[in-house]
Amino acid sequence: MSWIANTEDEQREMLRRIGASSLEDLFTVIPEEVRSGRLALPGSMSEFAIREHCAELAKKNDTSLVSFLGGGYYDHFIPAAIDALVSRGEFLTAYTPYQAECAQGTLQAIYEYQTAICRLTDMEFANASLYDGGTAVFEATTMAVRITNRRRIQCSPTLNPIYRRLLETHTFNLGLQIQTGVDPVGAACVIVQNPSFRGTVSDYTDLAQRCHEAGALLVVVFNPVSLGLLKTPGEMGADIAVAEGQSLGIPLSFGGPYLGILATKREYVRKMPGRLAAATVDHKGLRGFVLTLQAREQHIRREKAMSNICSNEALCALRALIYLCLLGPQGLKEVAHQCYAKTEYLKRLLPAEWLADNATTFNEFVVRLPISADQVVERMLTRGIVAGLPLHSVGAGEPTELLIAVTEKKTRGQLEFFAQSLREVVCS
Amino acid sequence: MQLIFELSKKGRRGVQIDPLDVPDVSPPSHLCRHTDLRLPEVTELDVVRHFTRLSRRNFGVDTNFYPLGSCTMKYNPKVMDRIAAEPGFAQLHPHLSSCPAFLKECQGALALIYHLERLLAEIGGMDAVTLQPIAGAHGELTGTLLIAAYHKDKRNEKDLVLVPDSAHGTNPASAAIAGFKVVEVPSAPDGTLDREAFRAALTERVAAVMLTCPNTHGLFEPAVQQIAEMAHAVDALMYYDGANLNAIVGRCRPGDLGFDVMHFNLHKTFATPHGMGGPGAGPVGVNEKLAPYLPGPRVTKTEEGYELSEPIKSIGKIAPFFGNFLVAVRAYAYIRMLGAEGLEAVSANAVLNANYVLSRLREYFPPAFQGNCMHECVLSAVPFLQHGVKALDFAKALLDKGFHAPTVYFPLTVKESLMIEPTETESRDTLDAFCDAMIELARDASESPEKLHAAPTTTPVGRLDEVRAARELNCIYPA
Repeated sequence: MSWIANTEDEQREMLRRIGASSLEDLFTVIPEEVRSGRLALPGSMSEFAIREHCAELAKKNDTSLVSFLGGGYYDHFIPAAIDALVSRGEFLTAYTPYQAECAQGTLQAIYEYQTAICRLTDMEFANASLYDGGTAVFEATTMAVRITNRRRIQCSPTLNPIYRRLLETHTFNLGLQIQTGVDPVGAACVIVQNPSFRGTVSDYTDLAQRCHEAGALLVVVFNPVSLGLLKTPGEMGADIAVAEGQSLGIPLSFGGPYLGILATKREYVRKMPGRLAAATVDHKGLRGFVLTLQAREQHIRREKAMSNICSNEALCALRALIYLCLLGPQGLKEVAHQCYAKTEYLKRLLPAEWLADNATTFNEFVVRLPISADQVVERMLTRGIVAGLPLHSVGAGEPTELLIAVTEKKTRGQLEFFAQSLREVVCS
Repeated sequence: MQLIFELSKKGRRGVQIDPLDVPDVSPPSHLCRHTDLRLPEVTELDVVRHFTRLSRRNFGVDTNFYPLGSCTMKYNPKVMDRIAAEPGFAQLHPHLSSCPAFLKECQGALALIYHLERLLAEIGGMDAVTLQPIAGAHGELTGTLLIAAYHKDKRNEKDLVLVPDSAHGTNPASAAIAGFKVVEVPSAPDGTLDREAFRAALTERVAAVMLTCPNTHGLFEPAVQQIAEMAHAVDALMYYDGANLNAIVGRCRPGDLGFDVMHFNLHKTFATPHGMGGPGAGPVGVNEKLAPYLPGPRVTKTEEGYELSEPIKSIGKIAPFFGNFLVAVRAYAYIRMLGAEGLEAVSANAVLNANYVLSRLREYFPPAFQGNCMHECVLSAVPFLQHGVKALDFAKALLDKGFHAPTVYFPLTVKESLMIEPTETESRDTLDAFCDAMIELARDASESPEKLHAAPTTTPVGRLDEVRAARELNCIYPA
């Protein structure tokens, strides 16, 4: 099956019109010696066969376990209306909205998304999306380098280690100094994460002030759901706010597609990467939307562009927008509040001496166990529980430390069973 | 049309959350938000109607012919979406891959990744493929970073990347972010790379040559093997931009043409939906020179099952896990459904359709270059400038005829360019209707240009004031 429309008769007539004798005739420009002959691929499959085959593969992934995995990617409830709406072909199969008049749906949705993100974060401008949270940290960093003309980057030790690794990989040939710390002196930016990778919550208002006194930018990596409850990057005085948007109605998807959120202050908008939609009017004065400040982008500015990004994650941004609309202010507050309260409840069910950080946490916390975290998660699996992320497996903690995530989806019964099981497997 | 924010009524709800079933506690006030959370307060029906209405203000492949050059807007089969929605794929937590104890819970996903990488390696003529890059441009960046790591490792002092003037803007932008200086190589009058200029630009300092083949003029580079040979003679690596792979897929492999590294656009060649600009996916293939530097982890197959390993000289991580996995799932299904013969039919019919459009339109719109094209043709609207009609006017007038516009004003090398890529999934009937519309517009352009200037008139809005948009910069709803 290759979804080709033209019949053999039509193909012949078309070839005649072109003045070619065969389909192969159209490829004579390719030298004979580099034509590959038939590729060594498995034989073709029908729709029925491929669905059976892929369903088999999908069954080999166990999603029936009760999971306390987080580490930057969270299992929140996703309303059905999101899938129904983003499946519409007019969204799903449209291209980048370069022809604005036939892409008003896309452009207005981006404008609404930008608005929702700015209201969520208390920032002034948001772009139309980046790839994911980690690449958003990278883009925020190069943006800070452009703004400050400095090359030293300070990363909080509790930044998601995956983001740190992505940042180091993407910039390895740019001659930046990526360091651990939060000292703004001489730095292009200080990057902090709130809640931190360990789930702890801080207020970075003072740090923002110190950054600004030192001529550095403060980049705050936030968890979008947490802003239903917690102090916002804008309230703290952040210059750039970035996030992984997965928790806003995007399924876990084994790592992608996700959503990179980036928002900033008005003064930095011309240094911002990515697409930006703006409201304007047509010749009759009707409100409409276009892409704007495109001279920042690669298709105009080429090697001098603010970023190389072209394809972004527009459909995921639409998911996030619809999620925020469905939840509304009250719904998002409730979800955030429940994440907090249920996490606190679980913490209280565990021996106090296991809690590794004496700090407020949001929907995640670290326990330091008497035995190795690897052993614990193995034993918990036999009870149908994915107990969390052993921190050392992502290079972020000690072998006995386990990162446990709790979302609003967890019931009191599940939390109690988890706590009881954890006590038992540790003591067994 | 109203904004969702304008529909908001205090107290309306779209989703019901279960009551809290544990003791109610709150964090300390100084860590809490004290600003209003001004999200819309709407019902589920408000949301469904609003976004359904918005969707109807869009053209998609599902609704309209979309002949955007270099974008490969082919039909996106629905079965692929259904497969990607399998709970075993869509609900799978990526950190299951972070810890050895959990690997047995995600064997199906690892198998799919492993096999898709093998399929793409065979299609590209490459030794190894990574699915990590999240988009085509991200693949370019990954590829140029791999090239940087290769030269660093060999202590080669190279700081330049050669890019043709016909290349997509992402090529020079990606090379620059990878830390290279970009040298633009002009095209020859026949639309292929200027061999003399290339020879002159190719010094010991050149780290890589980035080519799109066929190029954005819709032409296969006839000298590509010699170009590769010359590049390799100074240890410059050959980068293949996969944007136009649809023209040759199944019948000619970049690896066999002399390319060392390439990216695939799963959202172009392999029919995954473009989603209004993303998500796409840009897997990168490499030959043995670059395989040791690939981002990790890599999925390997052992007797016990699928495991993970880090390449010895890995550049690190390009994506948090395995790239846009659900896009990869779709592409896997597509390739398995087509098989080798199906892929050959794809390129055959993509090239057939483009040449058919070219044959029908060439007497009205002069082709930028002589001879047949590959999967897209580049025409020019220059003859209509005398009537005050530009390529942009044709683009807008086509919208009124129910067709998405071709790519206009790209490639930058062709004045008033109209770049048309019909793809293999369109029927001759559709192509004829499109060509008829173009011919009618050509006549209108000479006889009554004001008709084109007024277009579009059937879309939700007419031509928009972009200058005002940039000046006012109203990018969030102020109220």
